[in-house]
Amino acid sequence: MSHRKTLTRWVLAGLAVTAAAVPAQAQQPPAAAPIKLGIVSFLTGPAASPFGIPGRNGAEIVIEALNTGKAPAPFNTVGFGGTKIEAKYVDETGSAANVVTEFRNLVQRDQVDAVVGYISSGSCLAVTPVAEELKVLTVFYDCGTPRIFEEKPRNYVFRVSPHATMDNVAAARYLLAKKKGVTSYSGINQNYAWGQDSWRDFVGAMKVLAPNVTSDKVLFPKLFAGEYGAEVSTLLTSKSQALHTSFFDGDLEGFVYQEQARGLDKRMTIIMTTGEAAIWRLRDKLADGTIIGGRGANGPLARDTEINRWFQKIYTDRYNLPPTYPAYQMAQSLFGLKLAYEKAAKAGAKPTADEIATAFKGIEFDGPAGHVKMAIGDGHQGITETAYGTYRFNKQKKEPEIVDIVRFPAECVNPPAGIDADKWIAEGMKGAKCN
Amino acid sequence: MFLFAAAAAPLLPDWVVSLVTIAFANGLVVLGLVVLWRAGLVSFGQALYYCIGAYAVALTARWTGFTDAFALVVIGGVAAGLVAVLIGFLLARYREIFFAMLSLALSMILYGVLVKTESLGSTDGFSVATPTFFGYAPHREALGLALYWLTLGVDAIGAVLIGVYFRSVAGALAAPIRDNEIRVEFLGVSVTSIIHTKVVVAGILGGLGGALAALAIGHVDPNMAYWTTSGGFVFVTILAGAGSVAAAFVGSLVFEGVRSFAFDVMPQLWQMTLGSVLLLTILFLPDGLGSVVARLKRRGEAKS
Amino acid sequence: MKRHCGGGAANRGLTPAVPPSNSSGFAVLTASAILTDGLVYAAYLFIVAIGLTLIFGVMKILNVAHGSFYAFGAYGAATAVGIYTNGDWPAAAGFLFMILMGMAVGLVLGIILERGILRLVYGKDEVIIVLVTYAVFLILEDVIVLIWGPQSYAAYQPMVSAGNTEIGELVLSNYDIVLVAIAALLAGLAYWALKFTRYGRLLTTVIFDRETAAAFGVNVTLVYTATFIIGAMLGALGGAVMAPKIAVTLGIGVEVIVLAFAVVAIGGMGSIEGALVGALIVGICRAAAVHLVPQIELFVIYGVMALVLVVRPYGLFVRAQPRKI
Repeated sequence: MSHRKTLTRWVLAGLAVTAAAVPAQAQQPPAAAPIKLGIVSFLTGPAASPFGIPGRNGAEIVIEALNTGKAPAPFNTVGFGGTKIEAKYVDETGSAANVVTEFRNLVQRDQVDAVVGYISSGSCLAVTPVAEELKVLTVFYDCGTPRIFEEKPRNYVFRVSPHATMDNVAAARYLLAKKKGVTSYSGINQNYAWGQDSWRDFVGAMKVLAPNVTSDKVLFPKLFAGEYGAEVSTLLTSKSQALHTSFFDGDLEGFVYQEQARGLDKRMTIIMTTGEAAIWRLRDKLADGTIIGGRGANGPLARDTEINRWFQKIYTDRYNLPPTYPAYQMAQSLFGLKLAYEKAAKAGAKPTADEIATAFKGIEFDGPAGHVKMAIGDGHQGITETAYGTYRFNKQKKEPEIVDIVRFPAECVNPPAGIDADKWIAEGMKGAKCN
Repeated sequence: MFLFAAAAAPLLPDWVVSLVTIAFANGLVVLGLVVLWRAGLVSFGQALYYCIGAYAVALTARWTGFTDAFALVVIGGVAAGLVAVLIGFLLARYREIFFAMLSLALSMILYGVLVKTESLGSTDGFSVATPTFFGYAPHREALGLALYWLTLGVDAIGAVLIGVYFRSVAGALAAPIRDNEIRVEFLGVSVTSIIHTKVVVAGILGGLGGALAALAIGHVDPNMAYWTTSGGFVFVTILAGAGSVAAAFVGSLVFEGVRSFAFDVMPQLWQMTLGSVLLLTILFLPDGLGSVVARLKRRGEAKS
Repeated sequence: MKRHCGGGAANRGLTPAVPPSNSSGFAVLTASAILTDGLVYAAYLFIVAIGLTLIFGVMKILNVAHGSFYAFGAYGAATAVGIYTNGDWPAAAGFLFMILMGMAVGLVLGIILERGILRLVYGKDEVIIVLVTYAVFLILEDVIVLIWGPQSYAAYQPMVSAGNTEIGELVLSNYDIVLVAIAALLAGLAYWALKFTRYGRLLTTVIFDRETAAAFGVNVTLVYTATFIIGAMLGALGGAVMAPKIAVTLGIGVEVIVLAFAVVAIGGMGSIEGALVGALIVGICRAAAVHLVPQIELFVIYGVMALVLVVRPYGLFVRAQPRKI
């Protein structure tokens, strides 16, 4: 047998395979090299429709506006610092291995200048060490786990959107403010990190704010189970007056349809920490009186500012639906990145990742969802105020509305700098500055 | 082949190195599946060993601070192997679809346990500490290359050993077992113990693959035990064919390459791209990619 | 063994409305809830699994694309619901339309898949065929996106218009009762068809021994085609009847596959009674877990499957095949 021939075969095979792995060379961009951003969110699968696609659309519409210089001040320079932005959209779907591989592809193969994205906390946690290792500026826009900046100090990873602790602490505060007679509450959350963390934070906050109120039924159905008959029955046997859920769109919708058919919302008030993303689809199927959160002052919970009105208009004009909170989070993230970039850029030269990172730390600005302060996580994690409200379907206008809005200042519902969110709640939420 | 791949490494861009590392780590798991498939068994639960190997590495690093890559990989393989020995007693009695379903059930039980374990981060998982190599602690590209060569090294050892196994009596009995077990029993051979051995071998390979993957990705999560992960491995196995040891790795590489390509070119329709590739492969290359290689080899031999 | 979990005395309907704070009243309430929830979930599982077990029993193909039939049925139903709500049809007619639409989608899909792709791989190794169905499943997931887009759809109107019934402290959705009725009807129809129709008896012989049936002149290919199409329609029917309860969104096929497989594995491949009993066991155990020990809910189905397979390796209702020497 000819070893050389075999070797030749293998070399050819290897080359062929490597060639297959490298996509066809895209045309090189013209002279003024645009700023390349990798935008990652769920484009397929059940999380695409409620979060991934609105996030992607938010990025698309904001980048377009920035590239034409039409955004309101202080965002009215073209692109970032005068250079246009080019975005590449990548699907977040897949295992941690896939997510990390695609991240490396974006940074090393596609040579992006920064990555903005990620909905799943698992993805964020997997990507963080890689971003730090590759020294590439990364802004997480939606994932909720506080762990990212609590585990270790980071240099290149930022998150403008507040983490999920805020949502559940505010939910507890709102519930106790609006339903004074609550003696017992139950919970139905998806059985994975997001659901478990949300419930833990809510229970922790309730224990601090109202120690006599107890939890009754604690349900953790499988993620994407879709069928909640047994859970609804269990809740119907409970005496709780309130139900906490961090369910989101597909599961939330299914649950709402199924519980409505059996009158659960007539027996207990349901608190939906991510409900804002679903109101435009649920419309009159969502019971009046449901407590709605939006992971911040987003959508109908946002303050009526010029930039909010501008954002709602450009988004609704293009996509025929009002922007929901993932779109807001993406917009805030891009605006934060833009400001950091422009702060770091000196005399027209392109700033390095280190320079942008230094500029990003501790930055403060006003976006469509309100005022952001990169105040915790050593200046890498943003905090904003949040708001909760009560749902009402306006039968004359046939439009969803959120009324009875209560705003919670950022320092009221976010842990202060230097302490882990879990510990802060367990120790009584010391230092919370509520009005 | 491994020598070529090892030599090519410094020339390849970083992202290719990383992609190939993960592909070759997965290739080990696929090799385990090939071992089982030769005996007519398909396991839909190799993710169990993959996950055990990965978590063994991650937990050892986390709880003891020990980060030597070589030792960690061995620990991963051993941990998975031990579990395989235990489970093998049960699993070796089943065949065909029931073997597949039982192995799936066992891996899903591990998944459920990990999801419930909030101290390990539940579905978010946790990071794996950066590995060291006998005290040497590389960074960035050097780390990537180090992991790449480690993976290739383990793969090469595994490939050689499995090649030896295939040529041994026990390995050669695989085809007869697949075709007609009872006659093999009449020869005085205990089919159950041979299958038990194969389960253990596949388990060890799965664990090694998981350990390497954990080091390469830097993160472990319960999804590594989910049935779709097992399904992915089985997918590659069929793609590669049971023909040769090398096929497992080539198949894994092609799969990763095509998946990445699909993501890049059709981000919202990548499943269709992947499915079409698999379908075409099955229809036109029923013996997998390995058969292409075998055909080239045979032609080469015939000429010389 | 899991078979005796939950259950208990079921005085449903006979107990007056006892407030749950009374502990024995609460126990009865919980027991009745477990029974009803178990039945509803079992109905869901059975409707979904019957098509899969049929295809496996006859063709020995484990059809991963069954999840796609379910998804297509659900999307088809959602479209139907959209049509009839816009047209303001009466609820019962709309429901029927929805079911028919779902089955029609299943029919078309079944024909396309069977004639187009499956036919090419019939003689091959079973594992290859499973992989073909997996590849088809991947492709179909994206075909759904191409046809219906990535957004989710709502089809809740039939469930809402059905209203609900109060039995003591329990509130049941009438739609769930309809589901149970449909499952029972399907089970009865399947049983009658297998025992008393010519096609059914042909099917039974082919399930039992394909070669001998062929030797007797049974047109096995025709039986295969017909079975696959019926299986597809049943899978799509499952999706159609579930559509009003859930959000019809991407990925609903994936969840269903494993559930269907587990039920079929428990009951025995190819056994309709097996699918029925398997569905009931899983349904009731799961309901019991949710009410009593919510922490293990995730494990229940796999635990039951593992336990059943350990005790009865071929599933509950299938005898070990005689070993061919």
